[in-house]
Amino acid sequence: MPALPISALVLQMSCVAGLLGISILAIALSRSRRATAVVYGATLAICAVALFASTYWLIGGNANASTVTLPIGLPWLGAHFRLDALASFFLVVVNLGGAAASLYGLGYGRHEEAPQRVLPFFPAFLAGMNLVVLADDAFTFLVSWEFMSLSSWALVMAHHDDPENRHAGYVYIVMASFGTLSLLLAFGLLAGGSGGYSFDEMRSAPTALSGLVLILVILGAGSKAGLVPLHVWLPLAHPAAPSHVSALMSGVMTKVAVYGFIRIVFDLAGPPAWWWSIVIIPLAGITCVLGVLSALMQHDLKRLLAYHTVENIGIIFIGLGLALAFSAHDMRAAAALAMTAALFHVLNHSIFKSLLFFGSGAVLTATGERDMEKLGGLIHGMPLTAFTFLAGCMAISALPPLNGFVSEWLIFQAILLSPDVPSWGIKLIVPAVGGMLALSAALAAACFVKAFGVSFLGRPRTTVAAGAQEVDRWSLAAMFIFASLCLLIGIIPAPIIDALGPAVKTLVAERMPMQSTDPWLSIIPIAESRSSYNGLLVMVFIATCASLAVYFIHRFASRALRRGPAWGCGFSDPTPLAQYSGGSFAQPIRRVFGTLVFRARDHVEMPPPGDIRPARLRIELHDLIWEGMYAPIARAVSVSSDRLNRLQFLTIRQYLSLVFATLVTLLLVLAIWS
Amino acid sequence: MVVISDILVQGIQMLLVLLLAPLLTGFVRKVKARLVRRRGASVFQPYRDLLRLLRKEVVLADNASWLFRVTPYVTFAAIWVAAALVPTFATGLLFNWTADLIAIVALLGSARFFLALAGMDVGTSFGGIGSSREVMIAALAEPAMLLIVFCMALVAGSTQLSTVANHMASSYVGLRVSLGMAVIALIMVALAENARIPVDNPATHLELTMVHEAMVLEYSGRHLAMIEFGAFLKLLLYVSLIACVFLPWKIAVFGAGPLAYAVGTAAYIVKLAVAGFFLALFETATAKMRVFRVPQFLGAALMLGLLGTLLLFVSRSF
Amino acid sequence: MQMHSLAFDVSHTLAGSLVLISFMMLYQDRLYSLLNVFALHALVLALSVAWQAFVQNAPHLYITAAIALIFKAIIIPVALHRIVKQLGIHRDIESVVGIGPTMLAGMALVALSLVLMLRVTAEADPFAREDLAFALSVVLLGLLVMVTRRNAVSQVVGFMSLENGLVLAATGAKGMPLVVEISVAFSILIAFIVIGIFLFRIRERFDSVDVSALDDFRGEQR
Repeated sequence: MPALPISALVLQMSCVAGLLGISILAIALSRSRRATAVVYGATLAICAVALFASTYWLIGGNANASTVTLPIGLPWLGAHFRLDALASFFLVVVNLGGAAASLYGLGYGRHEEAPQRVLPFFPAFLAGMNLVVLADDAFTFLVSWEFMSLSSWALVMAHHDDPENRHAGYVYIVMASFGTLSLLLAFGLLAGGSGGYSFDEMRSAPTALSGLVLILVILGAGSKAGLVPLHVWLPLAHPAAPSHVSALMSGVMTKVAVYGFIRIVFDLAGPPAWWWSIVIIPLAGITCVLGVLSALMQHDLKRLLAYHTVENIGIIFIGLGLALAFSAHDMRAAAALAMTAALFHVLNHSIFKSLLFFGSGAVLTATGERDMEKLGGLIHGMPLTAFTFLAGCMAISALPPLNGFVSEWLIFQAILLSPDVPSWGIKLIVPAVGGMLALSAALAAACFVKAFGVSFLGRPRTTVAAGAQEVDRWSLAAMFIFASLCLLIGIIPAPIIDALGPAVKTLVAERMPMQSTDPWLSIIPIAESRSSYNGLLVMVFIATCASLAVYFIHRFASRALRRGPAWGCGFSDPTPLAQYSGGSFAQPIRRVFGTLVFRARDHVEMPPPGDIRPARLRIELHDLIWEGMYAPIARAVSVSSDRLNRLQFLTIRQYLSLVFATLVTLLLVLAIWS
Repeated sequence: MVVISDILVQGIQMLLVLLLAPLLTGFVRKVKARLVRRRGASVFQPYRDLLRLLRKEVVLADNASWLFRVTPYVTFAAIWVAAALVPTFATGLLFNWTADLIAIVALLGSARFFLALAGMDVGTSFGGIGSSREVMIAALAEPAMLLIVFCMALVAGSTQLSTVANHMASSYVGLRVSLGMAVIALIMVALAENARIPVDNPATHLELTMVHEAMVLEYSGRHLAMIEFGAFLKLLLYVSLIACVFLPWKIAVFGAGPLAYAVGTAAYIVKLAVAGFFLALFETATAKMRVFRVPQFLGAALMLGLLGTLLLFVSRSF
Repeated sequence: MQMHSLAFDVSHTLAGSLVLISFMMLYQDRLYSLLNVFALHALVLALSVAWQAFVQNAPHLYITAAIALIFKAIIIPVALHRIVKQLGIHRDIESVVGIGPTMLAGMALVALSLVLMLRVTAEADPFAREDLAFALSVVLLGLLVMVTRRNAVSQVVGFMSLENGLVLAATGAKGMPLVVEISVAFSILIAFIVIGIFLFRIRERFDSVDVSALDDFRGEQR
């Protein structure tokens, strides 16, 4: 393919500069009526350019990385930036999400009450994410990471009059700072005694403490991505932000955290040890199951989607853990398959999660409600939104022929290759985690039947739900584009797998065989005799069979149709409150799984006969991780800070004796040490 | 090179599956009736039921949406495609490489997804009961099914169903513990997925005992015919799956000629009859479980699948 | 991949069925069904030992199989049935520790014994190794049955299934002298008679055989 006239890296850097410029412009324009259109239109244009450039670079298969060093930042270090295959792929993910969110925001942003709190930070957030992916030394990486966290924090606090949002922002900033601290320590270990902070220096001098680096990166990047037990901020912060920002946070920012993990663990930390995957894979499996079970218990649409992000991050980390296991034992082809599956799921998840958040934003705009117990019957008033939301639900439940199924299928194929790994830990853990993955896939389908069924189907439970209208065409355009992408990627996955090849090759020294050469466009991950999948043909078959059935029936049997009241076995209740709510739909699963995982109990208070009070059902759920881990730590911090507070109120004599004691201790240490 | 005869054989498979499905259900009902000393309806009664329903007028609820009308066709098509991909009289048919076992399980999952949504569509309590119980059962049956698929794939070295069937038919596989566990688990999952006693009663109209019937309560006319046909096809799919993997005698290899196909078809019909007989016997001998014992039943299937997979991971000779 | 002989496959299948029946014992909550499952356990053990006798050409193992069949599959379950009836606890539903966690613990124990046995006996005869792994699983599952039950009769059943696992291990390892088997069987018989007598005495004294009730009478401070 012909090369671009200017270097792709320079183009990306100028896009980032453009985004920062828009951010400053937004501060200036904030009181103007046209601010929303201008800002979102400009970010849409810039993200589209960046998306085009990075896709072009990726498809061109250009394996040469380009770097540039700017004389800003630390004087002896400068700021290094680098564009290679992995960074290019993640730039595609970031800018695709950014472009779609901007397109959505053109319509959604008009309903924002305080646009001056959202508009300046939105381009800054996008710029921060782009910079993290482009960074090539530790300082630039951490500064961009913090910039990304702070701008998203500002967006989370945009609606700060709601105390829940304030609480969410507080938890978010604490966890983000903790994550950055872990990453700082990890980079410090990687730089070693020589203090080489640029990534090239870290690559050429592998450290002996790479195990500790792995733990620190799991704490740092894993908390930003949402691994259990560091995920607690995610279901609080993601719903609090405006919907297009939630889409970016769930769909894109978590992927930037995954990029950080991949870059450090697969690229900078040197060859993997045998025990790394044994830590990551069970953690990822537990993340999957816990995420989806928590999602099933929610009745707030956005919180449900945020918990689902936790589950999908678990799926991605299962793929990454398998890739680590395979490369630790030098099984390169299998490692390529697992890594490709993980990266494919990164792309898929960013698409369908953003689509689902856009849909919930549309519902919020149309009805003002996020709680699905107050919705219902929206498919009649908002048919297009319902259609795209249904496509998103199908994609996330891994149903063929959409894209979610392809990445899960690839991960299952990678799991089936793991009995050849000669490690006992892997042999024991992988079947259990495979079972957990299958369980979470089935529970995800259940969760989205609940989400779609209770919100969009059935009868409206409140007047706002009954009066819902379709949203504006910008939002619909963004949703339709993503829904069609879900279908396209699902039926023609081969070009995506091939485009991922160079990135996978830099990470595990091998890539999957070229898929686009098959005449029927199937994907064959390992060998033809072993397994293959053709999404296009599956879709064609289903469409043909359905059309045949429709044709024959309408031609030879009856076409008659009559409308009437619902049958309901003759017991149809006129009140819409008699239909199943979200809590009742999840009750069987809550009873089977929730009693163990959440200590879920249903309390029924039945008034005595003759009393006209209504009976009450109260569902009690405990977040065991919050109560077992975070609440005691918070209490310990609070108690110790109260004790230490007494240091503020000492007398002069006590201060002097403190100074004296410190001096004597230091002198003692000197005496004993030497 | 795609030859006309290959397409013809694949087409015959699809038609065969479609024609035999109601017959299998009719046979099972007849045997059940005979076992309780009734005469029972004719084995061709399901065909007559389907024709009757197809000619009737559909009565739709006022607030039913387009999803409600589309679902019967989508579920029927998904199950028909999945059933056409399971080898019946011959393995290695033309399009067997488009979807492997995992894709077949996922296709059945999509059919169930749409059916559960249709149950929620009209907004009655019955639909909600059916859908919520159905997804609870699916939440355990699908992972069990996937672990069984893992067992079969690890023994045969492939997830492609034709390859698995060929492997089981040709080489001496022997009695293997993991396969024994897989077949028991598969029978348990098949009972759950097809809404048979002891998991769900296919002939009930009592709310306490309904799962599948509650989801499709609002359907009538040709829509109901499509959904019932889908249920017949699903039963045939599971029986064919058990037959081609665990009872692979006389199954023809692709390209073996019309005589081998005829023998394969005859063997297949015999296997269907035997399986139908045992299903009817089992259903008559057992009572339906309480809804909240179903998770224990399926949990046992899940454990068996997990144990079988674990054994195969640990050592190839299990 | 080795071609499996029929002998290998049948002994494997029987050992695997023994593990499965141990799992079934874990979730029985009524005493009669527990005793029936135990009788099945002993029957499959007898079949397995008889098959080993046939394959290894060791006729003394036929006697072991006969002892297992007569004593453990017929006499002991029937006797326990009558004891249970006389104690009047045949209608009790046992409070078993939640079935989900018990099953998961059972799976973990099976995994542990598989890993342990296959690593420790890495250079031994492949036929025997895997049967030994199954036997260790049966022993550990028998212990789990004892740990998760409150009723003394069920604990006795767990103890006996543990002993079945030991017999399986010994016969699989090619060479269990008849003397050892007879002495083990006799000690089980004596233990059983003693336990039976004690059960009646406990029942008379405390009006129940729930072992947690015995804690109240321990006397010393806890």
